[in-house]
Amino acid sequence: MVEYTEKIREIAAQLLKQCQVDMVIGFRRGSQVMMNEPCMVKRADAVDSLVWDSHCGINLANYITGRTEKIGIVAKGCDSRNIVTHIVENKIKRDQLVIIGVPCTGMIDKRKVAAMAGAEVLAVGEDGDKITIQTPQGEMFVDKIDVMQQNCSLCVHRNPVIHDFMVAEPVAEQTDIDRYADIRHIEEMSDSDRWNFFEDLLSPCIRCYACRNACPLCYCPTCFVDEAKPQWVDKGQDAIDIRSFHFLRAYHCAGRCTDCGACERACPVGINMRLLTRKLEKDCFAQWQWEAGMSESTRPALDVYRPDDPQDFIR
Amino acid sequence: MTYMGVEPDRLHFSWISSAESTKFVEVVKEITDRVKALGPNTHFIKEQAKVA
Repeated sequence: MVEYTEKIREIAAQLLKQCQVDMVIGFRRGSQVMMNEPCMVKRADAVDSLVWDSHCGINLANYITGRTEKIGIVAKGCDSRNIVTHIVENKIKRDQLVIIGVPCTGMIDKRKVAAMAGAEVLAVGEDGDKITIQTPQGEMFVDKIDVMQQNCSLCVHRNPVIHDFMVAEPVAEQTDIDRYADIRHIEEMSDSDRWNFFEDLLSPCIRCYACRNACPLCYCPTCFVDEAKPQWVDKGQDAIDIRSFHFLRAYHCAGRCTDCGACERACPVGINMRLLTRKLEKDCFAQWQWEAGMSESTRPALDVYRPDDPQDFIR
Repeated sequence: MTYMGVEPDRLHFSWISSAESTKFVEVVKEITDRVKALGPNTHFIKEQAKVA
């Protein structure tokens, strides 16, 4: 995907020169390896800071909420679905956006790379499906599929759903993927096993709210956990409060989450909170055949009433 | 809630009109019976801080 960089710069420069947009949101190299950071380019002569590779996992739709200027935005499959969600939820207007679509082949999980390297990672290079990891001990070669973020290996919408430009031809979508094997595994556990499973899963949480901040869906002016009047959830480290935060946050993302993986990626302690959002995603699909962010014209599943809505849970 | 590990029998949803008093009584009876069968809830409880 590195070869997209030139094309992204070219389109961004053209948009800024012709004043079609006030800024372009994309990625630049971060201060650390494998940590590209979002950047807003406002001048055509600054487009050279834009890059694209397999470390652009952050969801850029997070940066367009409520903005009023004309924006060019670089969007991979999941970003584009979150942009659609933003449009549907009136957080931005479609005509404010120029979407530079990027066909994505998956993002690299920095934790998997670090675990494989077993030493300090100095640099990570890529050539198609091959990844080169440089450590003080030398070079390692791995297949990209082995170090990909889990949500990317399970992704079935790699190509942007809306775009004004495409930096390359669409890539082949992954088919025959069992997206919810791990969720089914949890569902099959007994009640107390499930309780303990989530107790273990969430025990390292330090409530830094990085997952919430990285999430493009979490744009409430005051989050329910920050509110003090009324205080919905206590602010301490009590396991029940941590659990309330994670489950409620997941619920707020029900029918909206695109499984972009930004939450898990942002988590400093590596909690896979996607096990919560994906359960809701799975249920939304099973009950209403709903996938978030696929169309600007369809109202979200939780926003419409249909006479045939499932209601077996009501007795 | 059930995904989190709360027993399904503790959660009940019902649609009862204000005119359906009999149904209301039936539902409440059924719920109390089923919750009693489960015994006291041990999950998702937060102890209040003890003040001397």
